[in-house]
Amino acid sequence: MFVTSAFAASTEAGAQDAHAAGTEVPAHAGGHEGAFPPFNPQYFGSQILWLAIAFGIFYLIISRAVAPRIGAILEDRQDRIARDLDEASRMKAESDAAVAAFEKELADARVKAGGIAAEAAAAVKAEAEKERAAVEASVSEKLAAAEKHIASIKSAALAEVGSIAEETVTEIVRQVVGVELTSAEAAAAVKSAAGN
Amino acid sequence: MSAADKVDPIHQFQLTELFHIEFGGVNLSFTNSSLFMVVTAVVAAAFLYFATSSRALVPGRGQSVAEMSYDFVANMLRDGAGSHGMKFFPLVFSLFMFVLVANLLGMVPYFFTITSHIIVTFALALLVIGVVVVYGFYKHGLHFLNVFVPSGIPIVILPLVVAIEVISFLSRPISLSVRLFANMLAGHITLKVFAGFVVSLGSLGAIGVAGAVLPLLMAVALTGLEFLVAFLQAYVFAVLTCMYLNDALHPGH
Repeated sequence: MFVTSAFAASTEAGAQDAHAAGTEVPAHAGGHEGAFPPFNPQYFGSQILWLAIAFGIFYLIISRAVAPRIGAILEDRQDRIARDLDEASRMKAESDAAVAAFEKELADARVKAGGIAAEAAAAVKAEAEKERAAVEASVSEKLAAAEKHIASIKSAALAEVGSIAEETVTEIVRQVVGVELTSAEAAAAVKSAAGN
Repeated sequence: MSAADKVDPIHQFQLTELFHIEFGGVNLSFTNSSLFMVVTAVVAAAFLYFATSSRALVPGRGQSVAEMSYDFVANMLRDGAGSHGMKFFPLVFSLFMFVLVANLLGMVPYFFTITSHIIVTFALALLVIGVVVVYGFYKHGLHFLNVFVPSGIPIVILPLVVAIEVISFLSRPISLSVRLFANMLAGHITLKVFAGFVVSLGSLGAIGVAGAVLPLLMAVALTGLEFLVAFLQAYVFAVLTCMYLNDALHPGH
């Protein structure tokens, strides 16, 4: 029903216009009846006008509000991801450095421990060596003293042997021969006998 | 309206005036088509605006769709017209969303399909070509005419090639608009015809109802196909817009 009333209105308008604008509008209105609607030029002006209005406003909303906003959202996300990746790689580098430092410290500690052990071993060895040397020295000193003592005892004993022999010679000679020998003569005799 | 109107596959394209407006002898009435242009713009803009209003770092469902369509068009434009083409992003994005939403709204029963009118698609195509021509001459001056002179062509056949290029350029707005218009028009007529078969056969009694199963299945399948066409034609329109803008940006082939 609405179509027909609108159609009536447009034909009425066409009839009014017919006085002023000639046959143009009635011609359109006449074509309205049988024309295939998409090709009917009657509403071309209206279609273009309202398309321009609707699409124009839509374009303004898109270009002023929507596109910058979605662009900003996507950019923020991109930045955030990039930042997080940077942060992650920084943290990884940090942890790698920490691991490297730890390993280096461990190696240092190992080297140090080896050094301490070697030092301690060397010190103990040196101490033992020193003690051994001291003991050896004292032993050899005592040995030397003992040897010296033995030698002195021996020489004393040997000297004693000489004088005993002289006294014995003197006594024997006196008792057997009755001649008193001087000690020098007895010594010479003993010496010559001992030299044989 | 009688039953005959319901089966008439052309009736859906009829324009009806909602408010009669006339200016200087030209009928500028607010029609059902105008209403759906406004609805299309409002639906598309409201969806994009409110879906992204939270600016969430991790997008929700609506924001995901909005971002996907943004990325989709941005990649299309970057591939088609290079990074310089991004200055036309709002235009291509608006065209894509407007045509897509108009096509999809047209799939709703009793809704008017604005892209089924040649004058609407032709106006959109003229907008694209107008932007191409104006920007091309503004940016490159007369060098923009190089768009008709492909490089590396022997001088002998150059006039012929230039003539072909000129014709191809002039036919662009026609092919761009007719492709979208014809797809939407034909799809809706086919749908209506098959749906009309269902109604006509169904009124013939038991045998008719049994016979109506086939066109019903056809109508269901065509509905799916039409949703695909609705998206595809919006995509094709946007891709071709990108390619034409590429000519305006880089007129030398």
